Amino acid sequence: MKTFSDLIFREGFRYTEDHEWVGTAAEHLEVGVSDYAQDQMGDIVFVELPDEGAVFAKGEQFGTLESVKAVSELYLPVGGEIIEVNSALGDSPELINSDPYGTWLVRIKPADPGQIEQLLTADAYRQMLQG
Amino acid sequence: MRYLPHTDEEIAAMLAVVGRNSLDELFCSIPDHCRYQGEMPLPEALSEWQLEEHFAELGEVMTVGSRHKVLIGAGSAHHFIPESIRALLSRSEFLTAYTPYQPEIAQGTLQGIYEYQTLTARLLGMDVANASMYDGASALAEALLMALRIGRKKSRVAVAGSIHPHYRQVVRTYLGPAGYELVELPVGPEGRCDLSALGDLGELAAVAVQSPNFFGVVEDLELLGQQIHQSGALFIVSFSEPLAFGLFKNPGECGADIACGEGQSFGMPRSFGGAGLGMFACREQFVRNMPGRLVGETLDRQGRRGFVLTLATREQHIRREKATSNICSNQGICAMTAAMYMASLGGTGLRRLARLNYDKAQYCQERLGQVGGKVLWNSPVFNEFVIEFAERDFGPVRQRLLAAGIVAGLDLGRFYPEHAGRYLFGITETVDKAVIDRVAEEVEK
Amino acid sequence: MITESNGMMQDEPLLWEKGRRGRQGMSIPASDVPPGKPPAELCGEGPDFPDLSEVDVVRHYTRLSGWNYGVDRGMYPLGSCTMKYNPKINDRLAATPAIAAAHPLLDESQVQGCLQLMYRLQQALAAITGLPGVCLQPAAGAQGELAGMLLFAAWHRHRGSRRTKILIPDTAHGTNPASAALCGFKPVPVASGAEGILEPAAVDALMDEETAGIMITNPNTLGLFESNIREIADLVHARGGLVYGDGANMNAVMGIVSPARCGIDVMHLNLHKTFSTPHGGGGPGAGPVCVSAELSPFLPVPRVVLSDGRYRLEEDHPLAVGRVHAFHGNFSVLVRAYAYIRSMGAEYLKRASQLAVLNAAYLKESLKDTLPLAFPRPCMHECVFSDAWLHEQNVTTLDFAKRLIDYGYHPPTIYFPLVVPGAIMIEPTETESKEELDRFIATVKQIVQEADDDPELLRQAPVRAKLCRLDETRAARQPCLCG
Repeated sequence: MKTFSDLIFREGFRYTEDHEWVGTAAEHLEVGVSDYAQDQMGDIVFVELPDEGAVFAKGEQFGTLESVKAVSELYLPVGGEIIEVNSALGDSPELINSDPYGTWLVRIKPADPGQIEQLLTADAYRQMLQG
Repeated sequence: MRYLPHTDEEIAAMLAVVGRNSLDELFCSIPDHCRYQGEMPLPEALSEWQLEEHFAELGEVMTVGSRHKVLIGAGSAHHFIPESIRALLSRSEFLTAYTPYQPEIAQGTLQGIYEYQTLTARLLGMDVANASMYDGASALAEALLMALRIGRKKSRVAVAGSIHPHYRQVVRTYLGPAGYELVELPVGPEGRCDLSALGDLGELAAVAVQSPNFFGVVEDLELLGQQIHQSGALFIVSFSEPLAFGLFKNPGECGADIACGEGQSFGMPRSFGGAGLGMFACREQFVRNMPGRLVGETLDRQGRRGFVLTLATREQHIRREKATSNICSNQGICAMTAAMYMASLGGTGLRRLARLNYDKAQYCQERLGQVGGKVLWNSPVFNEFVIEFAERDFGPVRQRLLAAGIVAGLDLGRFYPEHAGRYLFGITETVDKAVIDRVAEEVEK
Repeated sequence: MITESNGMMQDEPLLWEKGRRGRQGMSIPASDVPPGKPPAELCGEGPDFPDLSEVDVVRHYTRLSGWNYGVDRGMYPLGSCTMKYNPKINDRLAATPAIAAAHPLLDESQVQGCLQLMYRLQQALAAITGLPGVCLQPAAGAQGELAGMLLFAAWHRHRGSRRTKILIPDTAHGTNPASAALCGFKPVPVASGAEGILEPAAVDALMDEETAGIMITNPNTLGLFESNIREIADLVHARGGLVYGDGANMNAVMGIVSPARCGIDVMHLNLHKTFSTPHGGGGPGAGPVCVSAELSPFLPVPRVVLSDGRYRLEEDHPLAVGRVHAFHGNFSVLVRAYAYIRSMGAEYLKRASQLAVLNAAYLKESLKDTLPLAFPRPCMHECVFSDAWLHEQNVTTLDFAKRLIDYGYHPPTIYFPLVVPGAIMIEPTETESKEELDRFIATVKQIVQEADDDPELLRQAPVRAKLCRLDETRAARQPCLCG
């Protein structure tokens, strides 16, 4: 496992206490998991994601990540409709390990884009982990 | 006591190390109000020779013994078991090992179970088989629960009334408290599953049928599968005699989504109904919804082929209350037994043995028909069939046969009141023609 | 082509990589009846199995067996699994011809021997637990738990109370929450106290009118006796709940603790642990349930009863939760457990528990300066250490465990219970002698020294097994479950 100083934090993304990140793209938001989360999980072997078109409230579980001996639940940081799931993850779940911030899990159309402002900044997230 | 190696001196030395004066003191954290009072009321300990004597006595009060010809199947079949399998099973490397959690020193179990999974999948025509469930009954209950998970919002399943009555009882036990609805489909006029009510049952997560069914009747699985799939339900095939798939089409080629059943007839003695083997297989797309252990192939650090338990995130020790099942163990040594049996038979042997079983039951059915027995249905059967002796009272005949060492069939009234006085016969390769003829002669007297 | 051999630990291909079409590995009788006419439209091809000779099969499995480690080979200190010696005589008794050949649907009068055995085993388990109602059907501990939870649900339903939650300590086996969930109960975790056992206050805060009861493993999975169990049971009962005792660790307290006096209403026993039946590489086990008189009417059917000197199977119990097995459970396992109980009697069953605890206490005492203890309390049949010692060398609990293999031991249970970081859980069982334990202790100390001197030895371990470490990530990412 990485030491704290080796962990990467992507500036400009917003984070949740459950270690998801949210990035803003043109018309939608992208959601992934942080470097800390993938490092804690170890080799990710399977990703379960929802159907496109599904609608979730903020904080609702929308999928799971699995390593060999652990299951981690994924919670949607901002409520909205799933407009796209990352189909590459079906065959290559290891992308999350190798490039956690370049690998989004789902793209969502937020019901209330203002919710993103309630999430942690990279700094606040770093501080939270440092406890 | 020969299983306890400690001498008094060793006990004293060990107590000194742990700083206790007596064995009783080791239990100082147990409050008085939790303690056992007095000595447990159990019979005196027996020496090994007394124990053997006691078991000989238990054997003697069995009025039907191993020399009897028991012409009953009904989910527990008598087949020949080669001595080679008994000898291999007595290897304590298999028998006294735990679940293969340390794969480097459990490759014997792991490769053996991987081979079991593969042979089972091939036998049933399915993509993936697990490392086994407890028995045919709980395997069916788990299959229905699996279908309900896949069907998400659906909460109703249907099972054919021609499925083993005990399996249906177990299904009821498993499904009841969680609030799932269970519908039983009637037995049709030819002893086969009647799906005519299917359209009126609303949304079903799954429909389960058994073939050969409890009456020995071979169902037309292809036709049933089409109808069940048209209704939007998953198609589950249950069985209690896997040998049938050496002759008849297997569940997979008939479209089954899940195939599960009892594998006792593959090398296990009847042993009063256990330990048997719950065989369980499904299509690849459903594997993550599957209950039970799975063994998969991988490589070791030097690139050599090896086997490990895998996809464990489905299981209770990781996913806890969200697991696909609460099952933890499998019927490990029974699965090994079945694999040894399938390997010993081979494809050629399995087809031959299946055909022999078919022919014997067919002969018995025809022979009893010649002496006044009425075969109830015209459907094809495997190993078992239902017969009625309308014009004679079969009771006295059965008594005479019993005196001659033959248990002639099972009264169906126990399970189906409408079939009281009709008998379910089970015939395998262990029943010689002479025994069948003897039954017929006794009926004719 | 001849490739490099693995010496006496021979390589062996998969079954279907050997054999020749037309070989036969078992005797099949010639047909003595005329051929029937199976309907062509229902017939299939039969499976694609390899054809092997009897020698092929015997060599195959004999070679495979050489890659396995079993209790007969050596100490198997797998915590919470109770890998005690499995007496040989019990296997042979399970093969007693009349018993092994008994069909489960014969008339009661024809199988008095089997029924008598079951009845006597029921009586013995009732005596050991103090709980008078016994059902032998559950085929494993987890199925026993399921039966127990079905009993909870049925009892509450019968009283007209609707309860949806169940309390489960954080140290419980994963089967507990999974079994409860099958019955529609939502598991509510209860944190164990600082001492590693449950505090009545924690239960007091959670036990409400919607909670069906509590599931307690005692001794718990940390190897500690839940000393507050009686207070907790009184509290749960006072609020209309029931107490489930997971008897997985009953082997530590036979004849010493009375589950009935602890306030337990329902308990399952693992016959493959406490009563020495072989684990068979994963099963079969047996998980009978024992219950109080009040809950007896709800037990699964059929039950074996004795009346007028005859043993009978009783089916007619309107309150029964139903049936959990096609027949009478894993009967061949019941036979072995019965034989074990008859060999031991009350005196030696109690002695087995005492020595199981002595062995664990001796190991704990001998290793407590080498490995950090998780909880410094008197242990029962197993002791749990943490991985606090390993961090400096960048060596893990897994590495330590794998190194034990190179010394000829099966590793202990690791990373369980979850409440202890990097847990190493050691259960020696009573059938290990002092010199076996001393050798094991010396080995552990040596490995700890190696972790200091040459940690790579641990990271590369095992190097003396059939294979070195296997790639579990690969197995899970691209599952290959069928050859």
